[in-house]
Amino acid sequence: MALLGFERKYRVRGGTLIGGDLFDFWVGPFYVGFFGVTAAFFAATGTLLILYGAAIGDTWNPWLISINPPDVSYGLSLAPMAKGGLWQIITFCACGAFISWALREVEICRKLGMGYHVPVAFGMAIFAYITLVVIRPIFMGAWGYGFPYGIMSHLDWVYQTGYTYGNFHYNPAHMIAITFFFTTTLALALHGGLVLSATNPGRGKIVKTPEHENAYFRDFIGYSIGTIGIHRLGLFLALNAGFWSAVCIFISGPIYEGSWVDWWDFWKNVPIWRNEGI
Amino acid sequence: MADYQNLLTQVQVRGHVDYGVALPAGDRRDLITGASHLFGRLGDAQLGPIYLGYTGIASLVFGAAAIVIMGMNFLASVNYNPIQFVGLLPWLTLNPPGPEYGFSPFVPLQEGGWWIIAGFFLTISIVLWWIRSYRRAIQLGLGTHICWAFAAAIWLYLVCGFLRPMALGSWAESVPFGIFSHLEWVNNFSLIYGNLFYNPFHMLSIVFLYGSTLLFAMHGATILAVTRYGGEREIEQIYDRGTASERAALFWRWTMGFNATMESIHRWAWWFAILCPITGGIGILLTGTVVDNWYEWGIANGFARPY
Repeated sequence: MALLGFERKYRVRGGTLIGGDLFDFWVGPFYVGFFGVTAAFFAATGTLLILYGAAIGDTWNPWLISINPPDVSYGLSLAPMAKGGLWQIITFCACGAFISWALREVEICRKLGMGYHVPVAFGMAIFAYITLVVIRPIFMGAWGYGFPYGIMSHLDWVYQTGYTYGNFHYNPAHMIAITFFFTTTLALALHGGLVLSATNPGRGKIVKTPEHENAYFRDFIGYSIGTIGIHRLGLFLALNAGFWSAVCIFISGPIYEGSWVDWWDFWKNVPIWRNEGI
Repeated sequence: MADYQNLLTQVQVRGHVDYGVALPAGDRRDLITGASHLFGRLGDAQLGPIYLGYTGIASLVFGAAAIVIMGMNFLASVNYNPIQFVGLLPWLTLNPPGPEYGFSPFVPLQEGGWWIIAGFFLTISIVLWWIRSYRRAIQLGLGTHICWAFAAAIWLYLVCGFLRPMALGSWAESVPFGIFSHLEWVNNFSLIYGNLFYNPFHMLSIVFLYGSTLLFAMHGATILAVTRYGGEREIEQIYDRGTASERAALFWRWTMGFNATMESIHRWAWWFAILCPITGGIGILLTGTVVDNWYEWGIANGFARPY
């Protein structure tokens, strides 16, 4: 049975946003709720459409299956199913499933008396996804600017889109996003390592305390952010990684169409050193 | 509902400086201390004390020397014009020796010798800092998990700047010191070896990079959401499970059918974070040594589509 020893007393009714008691139950370990039903509907529909798209495609190699967006010539109109219409419906289903999932998390937060940090954080990931496949294509005037749903094909899309704008490494928002990704991973290693080092000091030794954690980081780098602070910092860094990722792709196309390498010419033209032979 | 999400510290109490867990007799910390209101908003306000010690000071000296060598080379490349130095800083670079010097340690200073010396000093600095991370942990009676995570990052650094150039017998394969120049190196590395996206270890490294970010968002958010139950006291929750741990676990169990525990989430975190540089380093080391074109390798192994 999927019920943990301490779980029964937490399984109380209420906290739903919509539907009252109608879907207020669990299936195995999963909470259902109204948004569980909608999430399951969208996820199942989208998955079946992906399988259908694979079936009418030219390969069953899982690396190569790809559901492509419509050609740019279709603009923002609906395309025939086999020519990108599937991608459009799957995108709609994905948005529906992700948003349902976030709202279901809100209901679970309410049931457990928790803060709403997790659904809000998930909202940032949803925002980044919607930026890629809805907001940016709308601003550029064609669904064809969304990315294809396939393991290798989405990598090809990233590669080609990067070089469409000269060299994406020169995109300032891309720089910021990568810095946040790397910093988040660094901070995660330090946090995970610190907690494990305090709770696993070695055979026969006494488990250490948060005072030891503070002492270690102050000795090591002169500052310890503390037990609450590290979780605030981690969430802040992770959300920024997602946010700046969305920014870096949105500004490429709707805002700026040239090469990011050339974009930096503004720096050389700052009046202070413009006449210094630069 | 919206009044207690614990995003920032609202009231800061400023007491005496916490000097930390006592050190053995005869050993001492450097009592450079202070407090920052802004830091206190996010986490602890206290700055310092720090334990510098011999390895710490030596590490800072070597690190500073490496930075000065890079900076002086940048300056020399603009004829010591400070205004040009700032104006061109993003483009300035200190490059490794050219391919004609192979992997020789003796290269004229202007031809890449300075690059070798700067890299050597930087490596000494990093290794000394690693020794420090280890000795501080041992002295406080902690495990050495952070040290091995740090070692994983050093592995990636050494692969890029030393091990792969050694395997190919050429310093020229190595990464330049410079803002745009190191980005160019990354860019060209992918183009020369047939699109790094087709390198499976590059794929894994990115999965662990994004996975780490996802995990920290999930973990940070979960803990903040149960701080009203004392969830940030993780060590205590690990050994004496309270309602904070139970709610945090049930949140994920009800959401996705699976949950970590207060301890195991930190094992997930540690492994995801260290596997990012470990797999990345493997992917770089194999590039140009074992595999010359990842796209063709992908076609040969049935996961790339011939165009």
